[in-house]
Amino acid sequence: MMLEVRDLAVTFATERGPLRAVDRVSFSVAAGKTLAVVGESGCGKSVTALAIMGLLPPAARVSGSIRLQEREMATLTPEEWRGRRGRELAMVFQEPMTSLNPAFTAGEQVAEVLRLHEGMGDAAAFKAAIALLDRVRIPEAARRARQYPHQLSGGMRQRVMIAMALACKPRLLIADEPTTALDVTVQAQILALLDELKRETGTAIVLITHDLGVVADHADDVVVMYAGRVAERAKAATLFARPEHPYTVGLLGAAPRIEGGAGRLASIEGTVPDLLKPPEGCRFAPRCPFRAADCARQPPLAEVAPGHASACWRAPLDQVLAA
Amino acid sequence: MGIWLLRRLGQIIPTLLILSVLIFGLQQLMPGDPALILAGEERGDPVVLAQIRAELFLDRPLPEQYLRWISRVVQGDFGFSWRIREPVAALILTKLPVTFQLAVMAFLIAVVIGVPAGIVSAVRRDTPVDWAVNGMALFGISTPNFWLGIMMILLFSVELGWLPPSGYVPLTEDPWQSLATTIMPAFVLGSGIAGVLMRHTRAAMLGALGQDYVRTARAKGLGERAVVVKHALRNALIPVVTLGTIEFGRLLAGAVLTEQIFTIPGFGKLIVDAVFNRDYPVVQGVVMATALIFVTLSLVADVLYMAVNPRLRTA
Ligand SMILES: Nc1ncnc2c1ncn2[C@@H]1O[C@H](COP(=O)(O)OP(=O)(O)OP(=O)(O)O)[C@@H](O)[C@H]1O
Ligand code: SF4
Ligand SMILES: [Mg+2]
Repeated sequence: MMLEVRDLAVTFATERGPLRAVDRVSFSVAAGKTLAVVGESGCGKSVTALAIMGLLPPAARVSGSIRLQEREMATLTPEEWRGRRGRELAMVFQEPMTSLNPAFTAGEQVAEVLRLHEGMGDAAAFKAAIALLDRVRIPEAARRARQYPHQLSGGMRQRVMIAMALACKPRLLIADEPTTALDVTVQAQILALLDELKRETGTAIVLITHDLGVVADHADDVVVMYAGRVAERAKAATLFARPEHPYTVGLLGAAPRIEGGAGRLASIEGTVPDLLKPPEGCRFAPRCPFRAADCARQPPLAEVAPGHASACWRAPLDQVLAA
Repeated sequence: MGIWLLRRLGQIIPTLLILSVLIFGLQQLMPGDPALILAGEERGDPVVLAQIRAELFLDRPLPEQYLRWISRVVQGDFGFSWRIREPVAALILTKLPVTFQLAVMAFLIAVVIGVPAGIVSAVRRDTPVDWAVNGMALFGISTPNFWLGIMMILLFSVELGWLPPSGYVPLTEDPWQSLATTIMPAFVLGSGIAGVLMRHTRAAMLGALGQDYVRTARAKGLGERAVVVKHALRNALIPVVTLGTIEFGRLLAGAVLTEQIFTIPGFGKLIVDAVFNRDYPVVQGVVMATALIFVTLSLVADVLYMAVNPRLRTA
């Protein structure tokens, strides 16, 4: 496995008490595969990604195991971790408009990674940066490389971010909603680009998204998160064909089926629980149409079929769905 | 950018003209009759007084006096000092370098202390280091210059005998002695500005360190040093540069009291002497020159702001 996350938990100390943003999350991604992480806003997707990158604020308490190519990250010194960031594991952030430094040219920001990790000189790194910008289909890359972020469109900036992330051919690429802020055609181009790069370099991709259409088209496996926990984990095709968690069923409810193309997460009635005071037992219970007395205890994430796990007392759902 | 600069230069002339009217007008409010002071021993003789007034056009209506003055000023002629019979421009040119040296040294001291202190306190915010730096900045800002000046003279000149308590030696004459005579007043002037720069640097750094691009810099695998000094500071300095330029202008104009304490024969001393002697051409000349410096520096501040801010430079 390229990446194995086991029992990852992240707690923030907030003014109103400890907030457990991620609670015993486990998943793994193989080389050349894409794992999609889906779930409503605030369910802990970005926090999970930042934990893997080692980029959470120092005040965040992190426990569990993160293994990259069988190497436990938690035992690395901050300095060792830093040496891997940008080289072995890279991330494209959710906010393309603000993730580039306004004071440096696009080319310089890409070149910086190459100088840092590949030991290239200024001129060689800048040339390589132009090649990378060209690679992510930025037209007139040589000219664009000399421009500042404010002179580039959102789609262009996200491509620069991707070029930066791919500069050192990382083993693992985390893309946190890389296309949410962009228009549909640009979205499709960027996702196609990620697929192509994955095929060429064997990079493992963790793709965080709200968009089930994107999951259907680009992911091999899926993790559905709810309120900091994994609700369901399966192969993408299986998840769409046979969802085994009421939350997933709800999400798929209004989303057009696989061939239907892009569909946002369906809105499910009720609101996401307050992570400072999460409900006892199953966190989805307040919104779940199938809840019963036993849901007051927390359901474990258990396999319903090989490679298909659901955290629900009702799973497999055949009977309740049939009823 | 060229058009912008022209427009900006175009604003300067009316600004200075309005200022000149104000300077001239306010001066009339100063109590005391210059003719009386200039007449000296003969101040009881009405003939002498009338003669002096006629010579200096003090018997003409105010608008005429103003026009006589300003029409020569625009040609670069600031007239003669009534008292010491020297051209005002020459007086300014001999005193300005003194104050300029003082201001440059004070500013260097302020930057060397204030900017790094601001960076450190932002990076170590809410730690004892931050509190200590903030306390020092508060001390620098709120300590009156005259008090700090006197204390320094007492300590370094009277008590320890390391530095001369007053006087000035030009840089061209004896650089070491020149530094020795200016280091204390420069520190006094610089301490307050260091505090101001520190606070602004801290605030700007805190803003920058919270930005997404700083997280990107960390995600690249850059060390904390490069993250702070290259990525955050580069952006944080953009507003600080403008502020620094304005503070430098204030230094040139604000050295009056400090120059008095250390008896440094600079701009401050020139204007104070001129006011006490009702030497109007000198007062007007010095104030106009100060205004010109200020206006120029604010233009420089704008140009610098453009230069360091790619968003404006390439707009
Ligand atoms: N630095 C932090 N301090 C305190 N709480 C935080 C911090 N970062 C995130 N959180 C909280 O952790 C929870 C999960 O946040 P996260 O950003 O992972 O959500 P997300 O799933 O990425 O949502 P979105 O889809 O909107 O990006 C939220 O409740 C958020 O308020
Ligand atoms: S455990 Fe109960 S409340 Fe939770 S999802 Fe399953 S049925 Fe619904
Ligand atoms: Mg997020």
